[in-house]
Amino acid sequence: MSAQSSSLENRASRARRFAALVRKESYQIVRDPSSILIAFVLPLILLFLFGYGVSLDTTQTRIGLVIEEEAPLTRDLAAGFQASRYFTVAVGRDRREFEEDLVLGRVRGIVVIPKSFMADYAAGRHPALQVLVDGSDPNTANFVQNYAQATVANWERQRLNDGGGRPPAISAEQRFWFNPELTSRNFLVPGSIAIVMTLVGTLLTSLVVAREWERGTMEAMMATPVSAAELLAGKLLPYFILGLTSMTLCVLLAVFLFGVPFRGSVAALYALSATFLMPALGQGLLISAATKNQFLASQLALISAFLPAFLLSGFLFEINSMPTVIQWITFIVPARYLIPSLQTVFLAGDIWPMFGKAIAAMLLIGSVFFALAARSTRKRIG
Amino acid sequence: MSDNAPFVRIADVVKRFGDAPPALDHISGEILGGRITGLVGPDGAGKTTLIRLMTGLMVPGEGKVEVLGFDTVTSAADIQAAIGYMPQRFGLYEDLSVQENLNLYADLRGLPLGERTATFDELLEFTDLKRFTTRLAGKLSGGMKQKLGLACALLRKPRLLLLDEPGVGVDPISRRDLWKMVENLTKEGIGVVWSTAYLDEAEACDSVLLLNEGKLLFTGSPIELTERVADRVFKVSGITQGRRQALARYLDDENVVDGVIQGEAIRLVMKPQTMPGGPDDGSVTPKMATTTPRFEDAFIDMLGGGPGGRSKLAETQTPFAVENAKPVIEAHGLTKRFGDFTAADTITFDIPRGQIFGLLGPNGAGKSTTFKMLCGLLKPTAGEGRVAGFDLRRDAAEARNRLGYMAQKFSLYGDLSVAQNLSFFAGVYGLSGTRKRDRIQLMTEIFGFARLLDMSAKDLPLGLKQRLALACAVLHEPEALFLDEPTSGVDPITRREFWTHINGLVEKGVTVLVTTHFMDEAEYCDRISLIYRGRSIALGSPDELKAQVASDKLPDPTMEDAFIALVEGSEAKEAA
Repeated sequence: MSAQSSSLENRASRARRFAALVRKESYQIVRDPSSILIAFVLPLILLFLFGYGVSLDTTQTRIGLVIEEEAPLTRDLAAGFQASRYFTVAVGRDRREFEEDLVLGRVRGIVVIPKSFMADYAAGRHPALQVLVDGSDPNTANFVQNYAQATVANWERQRLNDGGGRPPAISAEQRFWFNPELTSRNFLVPGSIAIVMTLVGTLLTSLVVAREWERGTMEAMMATPVSAAELLAGKLLPYFILGLTSMTLCVLLAVFLFGVPFRGSVAALYALSATFLMPALGQGLLISAATKNQFLASQLALISAFLPAFLLSGFLFEINSMPTVIQWITFIVPARYLIPSLQTVFLAGDIWPMFGKAIAAMLLIGSVFFALAARSTRKRIG
Repeated sequence: MSDNAPFVRIADVVKRFGDAPPALDHISGEILGGRITGLVGPDGAGKTTLIRLMTGLMVPGEGKVEVLGFDTVTSAADIQAAIGYMPQRFGLYEDLSVQENLNLYADLRGLPLGERTATFDELLEFTDLKRFTTRLAGKLSGGMKQKLGLACALLRKPRLLLLDEPGVGVDPISRRDLWKMVENLTKEGIGVVWSTAYLDEAEACDSVLLLNEGKLLFTGSPIELTERVADRVFKVSGITQGRRQALARYLDDENVVDGVIQGEAIRLVMKPQTMPGGPDDGSVTPKMATTTPRFEDAFIDMLGGGPGGRSKLAETQTPFAVENAKPVIEAHGLTKRFGDFTAADTITFDIPRGQIFGLLGPNGAGKSTTFKMLCGLLKPTAGEGRVAGFDLRRDAAEARNRLGYMAQKFSLYGDLSVAQNLSFFAGVYGLSGTRKRDRIQLMTEIFGFARLLDMSAKDLPLGLKQRLALACAVLHEPEALFLDEPTSGVDPITRREFWTHINGLVEKGVTVLVTTHFMDEAEYCDRISLIYRGRSIALGSPDELKAQVASDKLPDPTMEDAFIALVEGSEAKEAA
């Protein structure tokens, strides 16, 4: 046999081994209820939870409204607050009336229309309000502050339209682009897609590898001519496809069921998701190289992948408001790059410079994971 | 490599894991083609480690392993292309069908497409799995899984076949079938390594490597080993009463190396140039004859003999009055169904006080199900069970207080120390105050736990774990003792010691229910029930069951012969 034909034959049998491994893995995915559960049922539950259950919107926030000087003008402004769907208002004459309520959490903030308000307004100066908020809950505090300003701005505009007033001096006016209603669903749902892919990529992958060790099939595989690289690749490809399938299901649900806008391109969506699966799968492999036990693998995956994707990715908590050290840590959380990009694809459109940076970062983290995993994966036991 | 060069050369191999004593301690040996080489020893002897070294999946710490002329460290890939390996639990994918498993391994081993149909046909024929190609491997019986595992290892005819404990948990019929298949392979020149903890399997090998705690005790043909005790093995029969007492007396004789109960008789291994005396039990004239030595006789002789016949545990046991004729353990039509699967089907038996009753059968036959119903761990679908007169449905707590339970495998708290385990189980069984302290103190003395009290139970060697499990089960001096596969995998010396305690306790009126798949262990029982596919297919004393199947062709059947014949008989009846 010539050297050439033997290398050809080698390549053919390598291809056949790889195909056999992929086929085996696919059968197992389809037949194993737990992979279906993680890849399709869990995403549904998550999506429904973030679509319907969890809402970060503030409506009907209780505040105390202090009118220091009764006048038609201030009463009119107070009415503006009372009519707002964002606030439930208790009216008083002195801020001290609400101080205790604020401490006890009965009101989320105190809005004071000060004595100077009338004078300022009359002088054409931008009238100032005083807003006291509970800083221990920054999220709500921000909302109270922003919505209080917005309510005043609204009121001023209203008076202008009614012809009852004069155009105010220049004042900052807030407008929320892309998600004008600030519906939290619209940015939670794209974010939860990243969580779902973390589950499929890292949790499921590390679980199935650990299961092969527990059942002794890994040992039987390794004693055949298959190479370690083929074994790994044969594991990765099916879960890569499963991750993208699961993501597609989520996107379809997000757009057609929850009505989340989709302003970017499908190409960008898949480019970002596919890249994200690199570090996710790499991390799954790394975990399964570290432990051969399903219980431990799931613990490691939850702590090292799922929780960071949840907490340190900007999904629920603003990264900029985290302590500096924690902010550094977020740079190695792959979901941190995916989530803002996905939110952009859904709500804004394709912004390739941003995506490019995210993709580069995810590839970098992914290649580190893969390098580490490849180093610790040999065809050896113990 | 010349034709008669050994297939495997093991040269002074040492393998350590962490700080533990070496798993393999300076092992050397050879494995030849065309024969079955047994890798024999109790659990923890180093069998699996040695096989993994041969596959190249593990590298030796010191020394060298050469397989088919290749070094396992530098040429693992060449070895893996030429061997067939069946790990423990057979290495099958349970979610894949029989055919899909075969296809997978055919692809991985690079079986050319053109040869597939013929090879699959031949292997399916050979393993009798043709009818089951579409069945998922997870739904096969233990015996069928084992055959499929073998078929997968044989796909591309290997030169060397490595089988890691292929006989574990499989019914004796499948075990015998597998052995025949493997024997046929050796005729084609294939070298076979068969690792096992069963000494009867060892005896059938062409040659063996006998391992114990990582050390090589013997290498050569089993006959060579058994010859060492030739003319020293005796069968004492005709003992009219108290064979357990007689055995205890024999074991205390310094000339007796080993002794076990074998049905109505006692089997003894004597020191060279000595003869057993009479049993001193007033029985007329016991018959005494030399008998064919077995592998186990020689193994124990090599380990320096078994323990004496005294059981301190039994000596301190308060006797239960035997005259009470009421059975202590009763099973009446016990049935357990899981969905449409009947795990145990109308199982009925009584155990009188002071007897050992055995449930014998392969894994999955329904032994453990029956067992669990009788200790109140599983609610029967139909029928009733009683322990010490208490109905397990109505007075489960009362009944449970009167029984001691030693579960299959290690069931103690591994992270608790020896002392904590004893104290915990004493508490569970309602002991307190001085009695608790005294009993724990006593167990510590009897089983030699004094230096080990602070050790985590999980770090104990297997034999000591077994002792601790027994100690925990008898702390409260139970009337009935439930032992689920109590000696599976332990070394023969520990096994002897264990049975000395059990025999002693039984003499004091404790009643014992034991499950086992060791055929020879069944001979220690007063009566046994053969459980097969959920039903009791035969019940009687070991000698009665053996007599049932004795024929001209097989005048002196072993327990395994009896089992196989009775199962085949029951299947024939069912088919008719």
